[in-house]
This record gives sequence, C-alpha cells and structure tokens, in this order.
Amino acid sequence: MRLAEAWRVALDALRANRLRSVLTMLGVVIGVAAVVALVGIGTGTKGQIEQQVEGLGSNLLLVVPGRLEAGSAPTASTMSLDDAEAVTRVVGDRDRVAVTVASGETIRAGSRSAFASMQGVLETTPSVFVRRLDRGAYLTRTDVTTGRRVAVLGAGTASALFGDRDPIGRQITISGVRFRVIGTFERLGQSLGVDRDSEVHVPVTAAQRLLGTDRIDGLAIRAPDRERINALASAVVATLSERHPDTDFSAVTQEQILGVLGDILGVLTGVLAAIAGISLLVGGVGVSNIMLVSVRERTKEIGLRKAVGARPRDIGVQFLLEAVLLTTIGGVLGMALGVTAALLVDGLTPVPATITWWSLALAFGVSAIVGIVFGVVPAQRAGRLDPVVALRTE
Amino acid sequence: MILADDISRSYDLDGVSVEALRGVSLTIEPTDYVAIVGASGSGKSTLMHLLGGLDRPTGGTLLIGGRDVATLNPAEMAKLRNETIGFVFQSFHLLARTTARDNVALPLVYRGVGRRERRARATAMLERVGLAHRLDHRPNQMSGGEQQRVAIARALVTDPSVLLADEPTGNLDTTTGQSVLGLLESLNAEGVAVVLVTHDRDVAARAHRQIVMRDGLIVDPSSSPSLNISPFPSAPDISDAEGDR
Ligand SMILES: Nc1ncnc2c1ncn2[C@@H]1O[C@H](COP(=O)(O)OP(=O)(O)O)[C@@H](O)[C@H]1O
Ligand SMILES: [Mg+2]
Repeated sequence: MRLAEAWRVALDALRANRLRSVLTMLGVVIGVAAVVALVGIGTGTKGQIEQQVEGLGSNLLLVVPGRLEAGSAPTASTMSLDDAEAVTRVVGDRDRVAVTVASGETIRAGSRSAFASMQGVLETTPSVFVRRLDRGAYLTRTDVTTGRRVAVLGAGTASALFGDRDPIGRQITISGVRFRVIGTFERLGQSLGVDRDSEVHVPVTAAQRLLGTDRIDGLAIRAPDRERINALASAVVATLSERHPDTDFSAVTQEQILGVLGDILGVLTGVLAAIAGISLLVGGVGVSNIMLVSVRERTKEIGLRKAVGARPRDIGVQFLLEAVLLTTIGGVLGMALGVTAALLVDGLTPVPATITWWSLALAFGVSAIVGIVFGVVPAQRAGRLDPVVALRTE
Repeated sequence: MILADDISRSYDLDGVSVEALRGVSLTIEPTDYVAIVGASGSGKSTLMHLLGGLDRPTGGTLLIGGRDVATLNPAEMAKLRNETIGFVFQSFHLLARTTARDNVALPLVYRGVGRRERRARATAMLERVGLAHRLDHRPNQMSGGEQQRVAIARALVTDPSVLLADEPTGNLDTTTGQSVLGLLESLNAEGVAVVLVTHDRDVAARAHRQIVMRDGLIVDPSSSPSLNISPFPSAPDISDAEGDR
C-alpha cells in the first residue's frame, strides 16, 4: 500500500468515528494550548522586565549600602549628600550621578489625595535615568541647593490628584508641607503589577528636611562607556568604604540585574513549559488508551482487511498514522487555542504574553512525536492480530 | 491450484489441545465447484481458513498456487491471499460507513492500484453482480442479498483463481440465496474455482463435487456407502441452520 493511500485510509477511519476522534484529540489540544500560552506568558514577562531595566538608561551603576547576597538583610543607609559629592569627584561629572531618598507619602491637592512614593532627588536624575516629561519642567540645580518646595508628579499621581486639569503651578501638600507642581512625567505603565506612575520627585534637600534626616538611600551613576563600568564601580566602592570604614557597599550594573532577572524568569518559563509538557504527555497517554480501545473495537475490520490482502505492516502503519493524525491535528488546534489564549491574556490583563516560534514548533513537534510514541503499541497490536480470530469475533 | 496433504489444525486451549482438523487431504482444481457439508463444529470453517491462507496447518503440507504456506511469512501470505483467493463470509464483513464501491475496491488498495482505476474496476464489478444502482450506498442502506453481492464483487475484483464461500447464503432467505448461488455458478462457468460451505442439500447437490466432514475428518459417502453416513443430520442443528429456513 502506498503511503498517500495509507494517509487516506487513516483519515477515513478517523472521520468514520468523528466523536471519538474529537474526544481523543482533546487531551492533546489542551496540552499544546497550555505549552503555547504558558511559554508565551513566561517569555512576555521576561521581555517586559528586561525592557524596563534597559529603559532605565544604559551603562548604569547602582550603589547601595550592604552586601548584595541572597539572604542578607538590607542595611540601613549611612550615606549622605557629602558622600554623593565625593563620588561625583571620582566620576568627574555631576550630571552622571543621581541620589535618592524615598518615602511613601499621602499627597493631597484640595479635597483629593493619593498615595505615592516621594523621591528626594538631584536635578541630574533625567540625565542618569531615562525619564521623559509630559508637561512643565524638571527640578533645577538651584531648586536642589535652596531646598525649594517644588514637585514633579508621576502620570498616575497627577491624574489621581488633578484629573484632566493641568497640574502645573498648582499646590499639593506632602505630610502637611506645601509644594508647587512644576512638571509631570510621561506615563510608564505597570511592571509585575506594580504601578510605576505613582511617584513625586522633589529636591533631595527638601525631602531630607521633610523626613528629618541627612541620609540618602542610594546612588546611581551612569558610566561614560561599558568598558569603564567595572573600574568605576571599584573606585566608587573604595571611596565610600574609606569614608565609612564600618559599612560595606555594593555596586551592581544593569547587566548583573538583567542576568539575575533573566535567570529567575528563565527558570520560571522552564517550569511553566514543564508543567504544560506533562499535560501534553497525559494527552498522549489518552491517545494510546483510546487507540487500544479502537483496535479492539475494530477487530473485525482488521481481520477483513487482512483477509483481502493487508500485510501486518499495512495495518500497523494505518493505526500509527491514525494516532499521528489525531495528535498533529490536535496539535494545530491546540496551537490556535494557545495563541488565542495568550493574545487574550496580553490584551485583557496586565500580564504580557509573547508568542515565540520556538514554542509553536516545539509544541507541534512534541505532539507529533507523542502520536508516534503512543501510537506504536496499539499499531503493533493491530498489525499482529490473527485474521482468523479477528474474523470469528462477533 | 490448492493441494492439501494430510493437514491438521489443533488449538491450544489452556494447555488442552483441541483438534479442529485431524488429517485432511484434498485438491482444488482450477475449474472445480466443490461443496463442503457437515455438522456444526466439524471443522468446515477451519478448513476454509486454511485453504484460503488465512491460517496455517499445524501438521501436513498445504500448497496454495504451488507455494508451500509453511515457507511464507505473514506478509507473503497476505500477498498470496490478495492475488489468488477471494473470500465470501456468512456475515458479509463489509466495512460499515463505507460505500459499496469503496468496499469492493478495498483489496485493490493493498495491491497498490491507483484510486481512479480502483473505482473503475469496482464499478465494473458491481455492475457484474447487478448492483450498478447501489454504488454509493452504505451497507446499512442495502438488503442482505445486496450486501452479499457487494461482498462477492469484492472477492472477485482482484481476479482470484479460487472463491472460498463459507455459508454465503446462511444469512439470506431462500430466494435471495438462490440468486447468490446462481451468481457463484455463473462465475464458476467463467473459470473461477468455487469452494462452498453449505447446509442445504439442494445447494450441495448442484456442486460438481461434495466433501463431507465429521469431527475434523473428511468422510467420503461414495467410497463407503455401507457406513450410511449422511452429511445432513436428521435433526437439523438449530444454531447452525438458522439462516437456511
Ligand atoms: N480459535 C479457536 N480456538 C479453539 N477452538 C477452536 C477455534 N476455532 C475453532 N475451534 C474449534 O474447532 C472446531 C471446528 O470449528 P469450525 O471449523 O468453526 O467448525 P464448522 O465451521 O464446521 O462449524 C470446533 O470444535 C471449534 O470449537
Ligand atoms: Mg463454520
């Protein structure tokens, strides 16, 4: 029997038992859909986070007190603006150094209020991180040196407090102290469910006065180029250690953060793929089961085919092709379902999902292999069936 | 054509050996019209399966088309069946949900004949058995007699040299049975050897030769008339003669 013929025979047999074929496929459809959708969500999340970390700006170096090790408790900062000045001398360019002292505060404007992260910063922040303004202007050096009470609002905070009105020039109060709004940021969106637009930037000096401290939480430095990042990191850490002999300091690069995040999210995607793969395997076992039932139910048909000249191989190939057809058709339907599910998740929820070609190819390939692997035993059984016994079966 | 020399067939049932055939010798010539008769359980179907290469004897020598079946593997046996034998069964054994034409064309699938030619030959064969108007009917849309004609067309589509029919009229009423027999006889007249299992005296009498079986052996009424062996038990076997009415 020619192979093209064998395909047709297999397809006819599946069509003749339509309901059973569909039910058999269901396991594979769900398995493949799960692989495609879950891998899509995994890679989508990974891509989004990487984009956001990169979006902070390139060649970034973050300096925080304490050791950056798994399990170590965060250390209370002992750094002050004097340290920032010392670091600026090492870096040699004021525009490349940013500081922050942050605190969660309730911001009020008239009768409205909103919770936001108040960040005390230098006027250099937009040149160190990538932050674009929507309206107005950012803080100036004079604002910082004089501790002027002016504020730049995140897009979320701005709309929470002012709705559609223009916030520029209006008053807000932070902890009962009045600030004047001079600018608003462009919208950033969410990251892992955290709203990144609920923030208020004020001069670091004003923030320190408000919080009653002269500390800063951390420093960020933008290196002039990639090659000098590591040398700069050691120089900065050495300077800070000299000024604070009792404290450890850590400098992490953007690449290191990306690497760690990438590892975590890669594992996450792998786990999702494995879970989905198991459900695909379960689908395969279902195919095998139903094919065995099908062989028993169609004993007479097998006997008759053998009586008119089918070789054991012809029968075996027919049943194997039936299994492969079931799983590959199921695989294609599952891919469609998985892509649809991923697109829905991407469109209707904050969770991002990206369809990757490798996950489609993998899911399809695995479902075809599942068909072959789980079709072999039923096919062999059918091929070996004794035609006389088969014909006597009633 | 077919040559059986002292063939036997025993089944192993939980360690107990059941002898369905106990040494049968016979030859089927190209133009033969043979009727096999005998009580239910006497081994008629077992013999037919052996003659048709569906099964192998556990003892003796069996040549089909000049080839010793003991030397053939299952694939070669399948090819032999496809090329030299046509089977007709009591219960038709048509593929359900498959049209008459596709049922008839089935043996040609395993011979590697292309779809177009298969359909043409199946159509011609259905016309030959008087079913030109039933080409696209499925088995459940046809009467028993029509279904058996489809089965005969299927057996003939490969131009076999021997047609083996195991109680072909067993599930048919007398009139329909007669017309099916007429068909078999006209085929025999055209040169196809026909071997037929039957319970009907008149049917058996029409054959050129009768073989009587009892307990897995051929008993020859003509050579030992003194034994007074009749192939037809005076009290008909209800279970087996059901269809003969
Ligand atoms: N697969 C089998 N296993 C065991 N015994 C069998 C098998 N097939 C047939 N037999 C036995 O062989 C004997 C002959 O059966 P069969 O050839 O069908 O008789 P007939 O067709 O003359 O009615 C019976 O006793 C039957 O029970
Ligand atoms: Mg019988």
